[in-house]
Amino acid sequence: MGKHVVVIGGGVAGLEVAGQLSKVGIQVSLIEKDSKTGGNLNKWYKLFPDRRKSSEVKEYLNGITANDGINLMTNTSIEMFNRHRDHFSIITSGGRELIADAIIVATGFDLFKSARKEEYGYGIYDNVITSADLEEMFSRGEISLINNTIPEKIGIIHCVGSRDEKVGNFYCSKLCCVTAVKQAIEIREFLPESKVFCFYMDMRMGGVFYEELYREAQEQWGVSFIRGKVSEVSETIDNQLLIKVEDTLAGRPLKMKFDLLVLMAGMEMSEGGRKIAGIGGLRTGENRFFAANDNHFGSNISNIEGVFYAGTCTAPMNITETISHARAAVIEVIDYLKDSN
Amino acid sequence: MQFDPFVIPFNIGLYFILIYVVTRSVIWFHDLSKPDKLRLQRGFFGLAFGLSLKEIFMESLIHRKILKTNLRLGYMHMSLAFGWFLLILFGTIEADIFGAKHLNAPYKAIFFRFFNPDHGRMGFEAAYGFLMDLILAFILSGLVLAVTKRFYSKVVGMKKTTRLKITDKIALTSLWLIFPSRLLAESFTSGAYGTGSFLTGSLGSWLATFLPAQQMAYPFWWLYSISLGTFFILLPITRYMHIPTELFLIFMRNSGIKTGDQAGTYSEVQTYSCSSCGICIDACQLNFSAGITNIQSAYLMKAIRNNDDVSGIADNCLMCGRCDQNCPVGIELSPLRMIQRRGGEAVYDIRNIYKGYFRSRQTIVSEKAIGSLNYNFLPEPDQKKADILYFAGCMTHLTPTIKNSMIKILDASGVKYNFMDEQGGVCCGRPLMLAGLDKEARELINFNSQMIWKSGAHTFVTSCPICYKVFKESYYLDVEVLHHTQFIKRLIDEGSVKMNFLHKKVVYHSPCELGRGSGIFDEPKDVLNHVSRLEKCNFEDENSLCCGGSLANMKISSQNKKKIAFDAVNELTKNTPDILATACPLCKKTFSAVTETRVADISEIVAEALIIKPLKKISGSNITSIKELANI
Amino acid sequence: MDKFGFTISEGRQIDYESNDRRIAEYIFDREPSFRLCIECGGCSATCTTGNFTDFSLRELNILIKRGENEQVREKLKKCMLCGKCNLVCPRGVNTRNIVVLAKKAFQKSDEYAI
Repeated sequence: MGKHVVVIGGGVAGLEVAGQLSKVGIQVSLIEKDSKTGGNLNKWYKLFPDRRKSSEVKEYLNGITANDGINLMTNTSIEMFNRHRDHFSIITSGGRELIADAIIVATGFDLFKSARKEEYGYGIYDNVITSADLEEMFSRGEISLINNTIPEKIGIIHCVGSRDEKVGNFYCSKLCCVTAVKQAIEIREFLPESKVFCFYMDMRMGGVFYEELYREAQEQWGVSFIRGKVSEVSETIDNQLLIKVEDTLAGRPLKMKFDLLVLMAGMEMSEGGRKIAGIGGLRTGENRFFAANDNHFGSNISNIEGVFYAGTCTAPMNITETISHARAAVIEVIDYLKDSN
Repeated sequence: MQFDPFVIPFNIGLYFILIYVVTRSVIWFHDLSKPDKLRLQRGFFGLAFGLSLKEIFMESLIHRKILKTNLRLGYMHMSLAFGWFLLILFGTIEADIFGAKHLNAPYKAIFFRFFNPDHGRMGFEAAYGFLMDLILAFILSGLVLAVTKRFYSKVVGMKKTTRLKITDKIALTSLWLIFPSRLLAESFTSGAYGTGSFLTGSLGSWLATFLPAQQMAYPFWWLYSISLGTFFILLPITRYMHIPTELFLIFMRNSGIKTGDQAGTYSEVQTYSCSSCGICIDACQLNFSAGITNIQSAYLMKAIRNNDDVSGIADNCLMCGRCDQNCPVGIELSPLRMIQRRGGEAVYDIRNIYKGYFRSRQTIVSEKAIGSLNYNFLPEPDQKKADILYFAGCMTHLTPTIKNSMIKILDASGVKYNFMDEQGGVCCGRPLMLAGLDKEARELINFNSQMIWKSGAHTFVTSCPICYKVFKESYYLDVEVLHHTQFIKRLIDEGSVKMNFLHKKVVYHSPCELGRGSGIFDEPKDVLNHVSRLEKCNFEDENSLCCGGSLANMKISSQNKKKIAFDAVNELTKNTPDILATACPLCKKTFSAVTETRVADISEIVAEALIIKPLKKISGSNITSIKELANI
Repeated sequence: MDKFGFTISEGRQIDYESNDRRIAEYIFDREPSFRLCIECGGCSATCTTGNFTDFSLRELNILIKRGENEQVREKLKKCMLCGKCNLVCPRGVNTRNIVVLAKKAFQKSDEYAI
């Protein structure tokens, strides 16, 4: 008896889920709103903590999804889905109706829109960029300012859109700190003459090999870490960026000029995810991510029977955690399909 | 029959209140400042007196303004006030025409039916009796509304009604008893004698069918008299003091007296003129968005009257001015609140009944300033010469788009200007004033004033309405102070800047300090009309909402601020505009945190629409700003 | 102790037990958001007064919480209440009210002292 599962979102979690499900002989439709799969992974050049290329992870994901059992639908989104007695009917943006036995939501995250923190000047000053913009520069193989000169002094601002009541995000995105450290090292690799300064509130180096990377950044790459939340950025007459921050450990306000500022944008519930939550009546938490049925042993289970979550649509996660979470979702689905037989 | 013991409570009450009101007004007049005394004297013999009579009729009796905002509530107030007035008026005439002699003591008019039970059988007498019954019915209909309002406030279209203290409750009960007891007293008397018109007559004859009307009437006449007497005696220590006080308020206002910075007669008269109608509570966003229901102006007035410590109430307010705008009595609620803030934690002596009747002047203990000068660390003021001085304001530094847009506009207009606080300036002083710290604010005002004088500018432009208000009102400058919307409007009118039309749907949110606070409603809308498609919304001009971010509220939590902002944004973006335009950096910041709609200051929209003439052509490239020119 | 060649200067140490934290308690009671500060320094960085002088709200906050009141008393009055700190605080601390309350608390403690 062939079972059919619809996976919403073709990022890391969605691909992993689709690959693992097809491995055990379940028919999968993978729905991706963009023209290609990979999601946020496509924006990244190298990954922390070991700075392996993101393309290697993509290769792995492509490998497990290169499978006849997966019906990939790109440029497609979900318009509606309804639960019937033992199956779901799903209407796609193309007007097609899919009948599925279960749904896995893997809509992932969006990066915080940094322009919302107006005082940091993203979208106002040309040389204020986000972590994703910097990755794009890495991919292109050049870090340059808007006037094509090479930056000498680069500032990295942590916690942009995370742990910030002012933008309605109380939570810690937990990956920006290590991303900052990774990017600081990469900048120093690219531009050995440059100086890099990180402005942090707390260094949250909880993952495997994160703290080691932090040490490496200090020891080998001479990255400076200053504890203080940047409050204002302005542009000087010579197009440099002047930041205002308190060096809280020295207990004194500090002014500093930079050629380039990189904002460590936090992770937010994706727009696609919010749409799905709306049309499907899926419960979301105060942090706007999908709310799992149980934080300890039901993190893949939603409030609707037969709908499961995988990956960063439930909380900020790194790739390792996302893949684990996706595999856990697969087990939940298989369990569910077996029971419903 | 010329006298009966039951009229004694009424007489005591009436003469007490008459003597009291005269005494109180003498004290009030005595406490007025000299110029205000002169104003009042001039007003008495001038136009103000006539105007006041008209206003007293329209507002104190008819309650025109309440009728306008809330028909049912207005009717309730009107039927009680105007009805009672008519009852007294026609009752006196009745007693005068039909009584034993002319010019009777007041009780003869009030208890006319008791002393003339046979009156009103036919002809003109009967017609007059009909009129009296009609008036009584009119009052009773209002009373029914009032009683229902107390228990179900929604009946009169109010979401919230004011809470009462014990003396208010007794006074309220006696007020409620007055007219039903009159109705029953008159009805029983009419029933016994077979007189009375459609109301008292019919009710009386029906009651007489199963009750001994003659015997029943007398206790109700007593009750009627006692209710009136109690009401009059309690009047000065309850909110009903507003009935006589409002007459003084109207006359004083028409004579040109203003609230000012300090507590005095006028502030006291205003405080006592509040009828606790509760319209301010309904208008207050802290109430309907944040669920804070104990700090509204009606409660503030009451707390002041009760000699309570009001600092908690006075500080918990956005000072948006919506209550001032809506107050049917026209009490200057925000200035009164500011007086309390200046006072800090007021210390009162023992509260007793006597103090309630003859309160000592509210003793406000000014906060002791720590040390002498607070801001002696400020450098020597220094400013380059310029025609126009631009002051972004503290908040604008956190919204660099506004700052940059203004620079772009100023550059394009070709005026000679200086950016006064480019490197960060000194606060304008308004936030300190809003916290009641005028003395400290003066220091900052002096500093900034010197900066402005040194620049020799003739025009001072600021982007922040909070700054604008204080520069306009509390700086004594020989300089024209403009908000940037006014300045941009002028540039457009002069033709100094040219703009494209942006095909965008825009809704304008009028900031409190700029709109209601400073009366600038038109210029921002004119500018927006010039560059975009400005749409109407439900909360325009005087009725506009507060964004919730107001600096005036020291107490409000960030969660409650967000609730207010959220509700306001929802109202403003109902018709899905492309841009929610405002003219205040603080409004912009507060709103953009809670909406997906683009929130932009007017200067940003103008800067976007600006057609920039190249300053100079250098080697083929168009240089459009001084900054670029400097780079070459 | 002296034998070992070093002493801990008593002035440097925060004597948590004997310090008077009533000022902090007074503020905690009236402005619960006072507890939310994470010492990020955003307030001090943007501070209008901090532009001219060594005033740092973050520092004053922590000193009050530790009961190191004497250092705070004089500095407090420098605040202009402009509210920029309120706008940048990532924890939504009602900074202006803290300053006003702290001033009030010091005033009260002065009155009690007399």
